[in-house]
Amino acid sequence: MASAAQRNGGLPGWTARAVLTTAVLVATSALAADAIDPGALKRLVHQDCGSCHGLSLKGGLGPDLRSETLKHYDPDVLTGVILDGIPDTAMPPWRPLITEEEAEWIARYLLEPEAQ
Amino acid sequence: MKHLLLGLAAALMMTTAQAEPTATGDLGLVIERANGSVLLVDQSDRAALARIEGLGDLSHASLVYSPDERFAYVFGRDGGLTKVDIVTRQIVNRVVQAGNAIGGAISDDGRLVAVSNYEPGGVRVFDADTLEMVADIPTGSKTIGLVDAPGRRFVFTMWDTGETWIADFASGDPEITKIPDMGKNPYDALITANGRTYITGLFGEDGLTALDLWADTPEPIRVLPNYGRGQEEMPVYKMPHLEGWALTGSEFVLPAVGHPQVLWIDAGTLTETGRTQTHGQPVFAMARPDGRQVWVNFAHPLNDTIQVIDSVSKQIIHEFKPGPAVLHMEFTPRGHEVWISVRDANKVMVYDTHTFEKLREIEADSPSGIFFTARAHRTGL
Repeated sequence: MASAAQRNGGLPGWTARAVLTTAVLVATSALAADAIDPGALKRLVHQDCGSCHGLSLKGGLGPDLRSETLKHYDPDVLTGVILDGIPDTAMPPWRPLITEEEAEWIARYLLEPEAQ
Repeated sequence: MKHLLLGLAAALMMTTAQAEPTATGDLGLVIERANGSVLLVDQSDRAALARIEGLGDLSHASLVYSPDERFAYVFGRDGGLTKVDIVTRQIVNRVVQAGNAIGGAISDDGRLVAVSNYEPGGVRVFDADTLEMVADIPTGSKTIGLVDAPGRRFVFTMWDTGETWIADFASGDPEITKIPDMGKNPYDALITANGRTYITGLFGEDGLTALDLWADTPEPIRVLPNYGRGQEEMPVYKMPHLEGWALTGSEFVLPAVGHPQVLWIDAGTLTETGRTQTHGQPVFAMARPDGRQVWVNFAHPLNDTIQVIDSVSKQIIHEFKPGPAVLHMEFTPRGHEVWISVRDANKVMVYDTHTFEKLREIEADSPSGIFFTARAHRTGL
């Protein structure tokens, strides 16, 4: 985090750190509570993943994420993609915003929306 | 219950409305993304008038108006193209024209409505009266940044192939001009109000690419090709929008991608004139119609905040938190007020742009885009 801020060109270091810290704090309070909050995660999936994948997850700029499309993927692979993104594509890493447990929950939710 | 009352009030008003003509110049529509409805609003009264339902999947929906400000053409994510009569407050026509759409435009003469599609990738053009398809232009790519240009033209760009095409409908059948090498993964585009400059933002590389549509043979012009060089990119959780482009005096202001800043560009030379560091990664950077202020909202997870930038000093002069998930802003045509959709508060909030005082909250279901009818008379909106 700090090194990213320092490399941030003409931006004063404290501003960049403040921005990043704010981002992390907001994310922490919104999502990374001690326990998994299925309601908040479902909202994240449909509203925020939905920015690219569509509110109903049938695809947009990003690919279709419906369970019938994803079913041949291993949940660990999906969890990895959620946490670390796919380089050179528009899929960002969500690790700065969510925990590994939350990413695992999202992967299972995508594969079996009814079960969660 | 409130919705019921609203509907009832709308029905009652319709009865009286029939006695005298409905003026539409200060009306607007708000997209209610979750439930496939649009809310008819009155800018002067700061009030909702009616809800019109049955428009399909409206996540990421937008709309354009007919030149007479009576009809709205609503472009849904599910490929739905719905024609809404805001005088009678009814859907008058609806076609599902593709599987997955992203936006649309109306020709300068108001006769043609074009929709850009992700799946199947391309642009389809419809008769504005009947919604019958008059042209199908497959592009082999997810197609973004569709705008109208003077002379019955549409301009649009391909995410996958990095080409921009100009479709000229002046003589009936479209004549297509293809401009390759616009850059890697263009994600959105804008056209200036005079119809001269088309600018597409790039996701796959730093910078933007412009076209001078007044040139006999428009060539790609690189804009700020190095704006993020040497800086750590932040993950992009929401693509910025260029539709709400801003011309302030002699400069454009545009959201950066992957960096928490807005970029100032001289409109004549297309070179950088400054940067303003912002609270987060901007989604919309929209100038008040007089150009004096620029209002910026941000991507998840900082999307509860708005910053206002003074376009003379390029400094942030005001920051506030309207509420969770600020998705869109629309200024009144003279800019004295701004309407802001706060999705997760289920409200549209109206602010005075001079005092920043909140003037009204209007109930709306997961509101996103706000569109006032004055857009009917603006190129590119």
